[in-house]
Amino acid sequence: MLLLQCPYCGVNAEETELAAGGEAHLKRATVGDSDEAFEGYLFMRENKKGVHLERWRHAYGCGKWFLAARDTATLEVFGTYPAQTTEPPADVTENIRAKYPDWSWKETA
Amino acid sequence: MRRYSVFAVAREGLRYHTGWERAWRSPQPKKKYDVIIVGAGGHGLATAYYLGKNYGITNVAIIEKGWLGGGNTGRNTTIIRSNYLQDPSAAIYDKALKLYENLSQDLNYNVMFSPRGLIMLAQTHHEVRGYQRTVMANQLQGVATEWVTPEQLKKLVPIINIHGPRYPVMGGLYQKRGGTARHDAVAWGYARACSDMGMDVIQQCEVKGVRTEGGKVVGVSTTKGDIDCDKLGMVVAGHTSVLAEMAGFRLPIESVALQALVSEPIKPCMDVVVMANTVHGYMSQSDKGEMVIGGGTDSFNNYTQRGSFHHIEETVRALVETFPMVSRLKMLRQWGGIVDMTGDRSPILSKTPVEGIFVNCGWGTGGFKAIPGSGWAMAELMAKGHSPLTQEFDMFRFREGKFIDESVAAGVAH
Repeated sequence: MLLLQCPYCGVNAEETELAAGGEAHLKRATVGDSDEAFEGYLFMRENKKGVHLERWRHAYGCGKWFLAARDTATLEVFGTYPAQTTEPPADVTENIRAKYPDWSWKETA
Repeated sequence: MRRYSVFAVAREGLRYHTGWERAWRSPQPKKKYDVIIVGAGGHGLATAYYLGKNYGITNVAIIEKGWLGGGNTGRNTTIIRSNYLQDPSAAIYDKALKLYENLSQDLNYNVMFSPRGLIMLAQTHHEVRGYQRTVMANQLQGVATEWVTPEQLKKLVPIINIHGPRYPVMGGLYQKRGGTARHDAVAWGYARACSDMGMDVIQQCEVKGVRTEGGKVVGVSTTKGDIDCDKLGMVVAGHTSVLAEMAGFRLPIESVALQALVSEPIKPCMDVVVMANTVHGYMSQSDKGEMVIGGGTDSFNNYTQRGSFHHIEETVRALVETFPMVSRLKMLRQWGGIVDMTGDRSPILSKTPVEGIFVNCGWGTGGFKAIPGSGWAMAELMAKGHSPLTQEFDMFRFREGKFIDESVAAGVAH
């Protein structure tokens, strides 16, 4: 069973205690953007076999949204971090690069 | 290829079964093919088969990283139905069902198609209205389905408890022509027929890269070397995003794990397929007597081919309420497969931004039932560049908002 530590209340929560919220760090398309931009925002999700940054809510706990970096090929968790961030923090990035040295986040690449 | 028949069985019976030949060849790849299909599951093999049968294109390789039919083709719950709400879905799924009806004869391979009937239970007022609407839509589409009352349902499925405390059975959507088939046999039958037409089914051959020149596909790089092709069909279900990335484009797909389980074999007790979407479980009885149970998908992206443990409990809990006798059963096996989910829960059969590459994916949790129709339509698309069955399933429909929204109609169990 997938275990994620909630970065707010510190609980090591089982997945039944959590609600998955899909890809993290999405940038909302807005007025004046192209159809492609809206398609990207609404439908084109990262679907890597490997590192995935995603949103979770500690639904049956403190109720807060947080973010997690996880390996979709192995279910390994690289770290969790608060949702009020625009990119993964250094310690999480370090954990990811220990396994995937060439990994770079799409927004910083 | 020697045909299978009662005479073949008699002949082999008289000589200790020493004369059976291998059902398909396992050749080394040639340098170049007219068409390469990536993925030797049901959909990929069916695509190749109808390319040969309907369009005479037989210089085809079907390459597979694992073993034949070892992905979702061998991991589904073998349910076949075509009672969809939207017209484009009904067209392709009903094409598949009609092809299934004669598939054993067509392939000279017994796929054990069993049109035993299929019922989708309505357990909320919302579902009652939804399925009655689907019955109406199906009548307009020429797909025979009917509404059955709880009393009629109890006669069809004696083991059902229609007075469940939380979700009483309020009726059902019944498709008499629906049923099951032996899923491995579908892959094996198509593979045998493809091999017989001179196509190469190449297993243990993983695609490592897609080679393009000037926006056009020229071939693939694999663990068995480079292979050239004029056209490339990607039919790899859960790994579609991985393959599309090699070719340099993206698809509106997320991969998640879906799981199923089977019980110990018991005597015949249920001769229809029953799906209960509200409580999240569906069940049929296999020819061996095992109760085949399908559960829910995980809520997060996942490539591990094993589902979350708690879904088993949720599925079985729901079924125990609807089928009380299940509570005495022991479960034998559980497994998972990676399904490719699109935003509108309908498949993608489409040309792609790379010339010569075609994609058939997004069947999500309900691909097995579509195999012959999907292959038929995909072959037409690859051979002629367009198909009336696939035009609505274009990958660019999301940009235009032209969804084929089955998620509202089918709920979870697809």
